[in-house]
Amino acid sequence: MTLPSDLKDRFPLLSQIINGHQIVYLDSAASSQKPDSVIDAMNKYYRTINANVHRGAYEIAAQATEEMEQARKRIASFIGCTSSNEIVFTKNATESFNLIARSWGGNNLSQGDAVLISDMEHHANIVPWQILSAEKGFEIRWLPLTPEGLLDLSHLDRLLDGVKMVSITAMSNVLGTLNPVAEIAERAHSAGALVAVDGSQYVPHLPTDVQELNADLLCFTGHKMCGPTGIGVLWGREEILDSMPPFLGGGEMILDVRRDGFTPNELPHKFEAGTPPIAEIIGLGAAVDFLSSLGMDNIRHHEVTLTDYALRSLKDRYGEELVIHGPTDPSQRGGVLSLQYSDIHPHDLSQVLDQQGICIRAGHHCAKPLMRELGVGATSRASFYLYNTEADVDALVDSLELAGELFSV
Amino acid sequence: MSGLEELYKEIILDHYRNPRHRGELDCPPALKSEGFNPLCGDEVSLTFEVEDGSIKQLLIAGQGCSISQASASMMAAAVQGTSIDEVRDLTRKFKAMMSIHEEEMSASDHESISVTSLTLGDLEALKGVVKFPVRIKCATLSWNTLLTGLDDLEA
Repeated sequence: MTLPSDLKDRFPLLSQIINGHQIVYLDSAASSQKPDSVIDAMNKYYRTINANVHRGAYEIAAQATEEMEQARKRIASFIGCTSSNEIVFTKNATESFNLIARSWGGNNLSQGDAVLISDMEHHANIVPWQILSAEKGFEIRWLPLTPEGLLDLSHLDRLLDGVKMVSITAMSNVLGTLNPVAEIAERAHSAGALVAVDGSQYVPHLPTDVQELNADLLCFTGHKMCGPTGIGVLWGREEILDSMPPFLGGGEMILDVRRDGFTPNELPHKFEAGTPPIAEIIGLGAAVDFLSSLGMDNIRHHEVTLTDYALRSLKDRYGEELVIHGPTDPSQRGGVLSLQYSDIHPHDLSQVLDQQGICIRAGHHCAKPLMRELGVGATSRASFYLYNTEADVDALVDSLELAGELFSV
Repeated sequence: MSGLEELYKEIILDHYRNPRHRGELDCPPALKSEGFNPLCGDEVSLTFEVEDGSIKQLLIAGQGCSISQASASMMAAAVQGTSIDEVRDLTRKFKAMMSIHEEEMSASDHESISVTSLTLGDLEALKGVVKFPVRIKCATLSWNTLLTGLDDLEA
């Protein structure tokens, strides 16, 4: 089934005029736009039931708590998880990884142990491990890439020796590569390791089932999936989350506090210290309703078709002058295209495109180890989502022409 | 194309394509200062030799966008053989052109603390950057990196 053709109309920002042009938004890998239904749900909370949750016996406090916990259930079911106790709300995927490293890692890792990550990780899945490793002295190993930008699994079993945690992305935010998470998880489990997955680029774009992923922990963020900023999710198997000590301390995360100590709350509240971002949780609930109503299979199908169109259009027009990093087969990748056009620096390219109302990202995409592997300081990245159209791709393709003229390519 | 020609003047593209004073001096005796623009991944590495209060030679390594590279190249051309006081003065003038005014410096002070009649010369070509605020950091990266290096030297 195809997506409705008027989807852009449901995103108020996409009718904005930027530098004299109707905006062409091609940076959803950084942050997606928000549909009316999400903005309305958050407004409605503030306008009608704004109150703190899990306390207060009065009507609107009870309603706010109910709305938030209903959102938790719908977010759980969106990723194929049956118990909402396994859904921990964080600030973003970065905080989810810091929680895993600090809480699970702090309890389980020491000298002689190893954590396996990959060369295509976002800094969010690198730096928390490095911070902890400096304290605990465990080793961080790196799964290499093939020249085409896939994970190179040929030495996986050897690399897994002594590894307690494999922490990898399901989809690269630079190359678009979709990784065989379930296969890696199976081999990691056989080697006695747990598996944490960065779903930041995956969960917004593909049907996600944590059972099929075969992972133990999954991190993702709300603002890349039509939800608001300031809300992220950590999913974990209940027995693993149960075994982990609290991360941040304070209100909400305790059952009892005495002078000589405290008793942590039950899951998931054990990991949710302080007043949660209630409006953002409700907004993320509305976002998964929106995505579910369109159907994640349809969204994926739309993006594969669009990516295929973009890859062909760009190659047809610019040939060898344009390098597109990552897999060439649209079925092996998401709608994230990292481009290098002749010797035009990405920052210059994005500046020229901005003058035509086209938003793309230029920079290292918080993946500096990968940039070094690719031998570049930065790339220009165009990324697609459910609201992008072939006309958006055409605008991108045409706009490179102008940049080429300006820089005499 | 509003303002793009203003930004990407021919002389800027020339310095980008044919950067002057590229390379690295041996450290020591030369000094080294490195700067990063985390926003876009620009990196600049300056190595320079100071003799009798002047920059005897300065070379530039690193990578980045046309604005950061052209600015670095023009800066290198401007500061060879120049006294440190004059370099600091030139930096103030350049930053003022980028609409960055140090707190203690008002427009009238600007004249009185000028120790030199040095003009920005070719560097004036970078004036168009002011209209693109996100690019000001690109243009000032090499200058700030040089200032850090000079501060370290005098610390």
